[in-house]
Amino acid sequence: MDLSSINPVLLIASLMVAATPILLAAIGELVVEKAGVLNLGVEGMMIVGAISGFAISVNSGSPWLGFVAAAVGGAVLSLLFFFLTQVALANQVASGLALTLFGLGLSALMGQSYVGLKPPAFPTLDIPGLSDLPVVGPILFGHDAMLYLSLALIAGVWAVLKYTRVGLILQAVGENHDAAHALGYKVVRIRMLAILFGGACAGLGGAYISLVRVPQWTEGMTAGVGWIALALVVFASWKPVRVLIGAYLFGGITVLQLNFQAAGVAIPVEYLAMSPYIITILVLVILSADKSGAPASLGRTFHASQ
Amino acid sequence: MKLNTLLTSAALALGLAVSAAAEDKTKVGFVYVGPVGDGGWTYEHDQGRLAVEEEFGAAVETVYVESVPEGPDAERVMTQMALEGADLIFTTSFGYMDPTINVAKKFPNVKFEHATGYKRADNVSTYSARFYEGRAIQGHIAGKMTKSNIIGYIGSYPIPEVIRGINSAFIHAKKANPDVQFKIVWAYTWFDPAKEADAAKVLIEQGADVVLQHTDSTAPQAAAQAAGNVVTFGQASDMGEYAPFPRVSSIIDDWAPYYIARTKAVMDGTWESTDTWDGIAPGMVKIGEISDAVPVEVKAEALALKDAIAAGEYSPFTGPLNKQDGSVWLAEGETADDGTLAGMNFYVEGIEGDIPQ
Repeated sequence: MDLSSINPVLLIASLMVAATPILLAAIGELVVEKAGVLNLGVEGMMIVGAISGFAISVNSGSPWLGFVAAAVGGAVLSLLFFFLTQVALANQVASGLALTLFGLGLSALMGQSYVGLKPPAFPTLDIPGLSDLPVVGPILFGHDAMLYLSLALIAGVWAVLKYTRVGLILQAVGENHDAAHALGYKVVRIRMLAILFGGACAGLGGAYISLVRVPQWTEGMTAGVGWIALALVVFASWKPVRVLIGAYLFGGITVLQLNFQAAGVAIPVEYLAMSPYIITILVLVILSADKSGAPASLGRTFHASQ
Repeated sequence: MKLNTLLTSAALALGLAVSAAAEDKTKVGFVYVGPVGDGGWTYEHDQGRLAVEEEFGAAVETVYVESVPEGPDAERVMTQMALEGADLIFTTSFGYMDPTINVAKKFPNVKFEHATGYKRADNVSTYSARFYEGRAIQGHIAGKMTKSNIIGYIGSYPIPEVIRGINSAFIHAKKANPDVQFKIVWAYTWFDPAKEADAAKVLIEQGADVVLQHTDSTAPQAAAQAAGNVVTFGQASDMGEYAPFPRVSSIIDDWAPYYIARTKAVMDGTWESTDTWDGIAPGMVKIGEISDAVPVEVKAEALALKDAIAAGEYSPFTGPLNKQDGSVWLAEGETADDGTLAGMNFYVEGIEGDIPQ
């Protein structure tokens, strides 16, 4: 065993990269659920975002265009969910599951001719002076722009939910859609915007995997990250800051267990492989001891006539 | 992915039904563990399939199903192929071993060929390549190229084939550079680019400047390229899009001659159950071009090693060699027999860590 070969600075830097896809997808889903909609299609929207972003950035040569396309791709797919659940009033759980299956199949079809290609590199921000600082440099200033954007999104969602009228309206719709409707708020329209935001975020998360973290396209490459993001929102009690803690914890232990393996720590590999799930759940369950519950209208169908 | 497999098999069934009229054609099926575009293992098997089509033209019809999970799903896909009239079915991953045997029992008239396994039957042959011969050459180059003396190794599953590769690479890296140390990470997958990329990054962060992989995607190559100063080797396929650096050489599996010969045997009615294990000499294992990133003298040594193995003058497992616990495995000049190699479940002396059980 040689723990000294694990470099904590690089470990933290790479856990941030590993956690970013989960973070992006989870913050989007958090907003959707705050509006009272349960969209289980995160995985499907992520994988469609992953291939949309990959295809556009390969064809255009611009990773930025790719990320825009990924957000659009995820949002377009979520629009399907919107029509099913908010217009046709279909069951949200079933529609969400269908969305995941559909997204996986659709992405495989879209990606047929993109297997084995290399996307253009997405540059990390190099701030002269700051990025070269010891310890702080690689952790705080050595990443790509999308990672900072994901952190900004967390801060933004937190601030909007806590301090703004928009945030209050969103939560009112999620807590009691009949009351919100009676007050004159357009429940369906607000939910549509939330669902679109969730789809765009999931798409970005997927593209972060296919453009930055791996980077290449393969079928089913999100490999369950969408489901982890979904679980994270619940365990984080619908609070943005806890989503951040949970995502970084999960990403951190995922990277740490590989580090342990490489350093030859004498823990059976199987235990190491399950550790991210167990520890993340444990920590978030302990954190959510204050019983802050789910939005009261979560998953319930709304129709203005009722 | 499962849905996709389902759709593929549905499409296959449809295609087969339409062409059922052409009874005299020899039908050859292929079951793949990854997508045909993985750029590694499955890609090379599919090249073999295309070579069969090229060789026999209208006399054969080939079908394949990609990304078939190892387990019950594989059995379903094979049964489907056999029901639709396949005469010969190649199952191309270690985990298809038991499914292949099970399905073969139900279809005694269909011939099966299972890659890298060890269970045979009257209508089941096995075939594999001596990848470890190529690993010896990789190990030598790796030992010479490393400056940090740390070589990272991404293992897939702890099965004999993978362990043989680790041992062979380690023995020859150590010969080239006595200070060399191996860091091994088990990915528990043949093909998962995200996981492979993470594993490669971790190894690089822990000081490895050479990364060997026994997984099928090019994700570790991309990670090495991003790191800038890390050497890699193509696995199963040339992965030439990453040459000349980080990919400095590769092991290429060439299945085409074998697939053509076996298809011919089925056509002629001379097929019988065999066990084929070929290496560099017959051309089943090829060494991809050693790029200019490798110093000239190292390249010459590597090629000399390759020639010695091809000529049968040298075996990568030649004594004196000890097992990890220090007990004697091979005495001076003794070489390992195929039985021991096929079931290899121990590290040689000098490798740190345990093989997961």
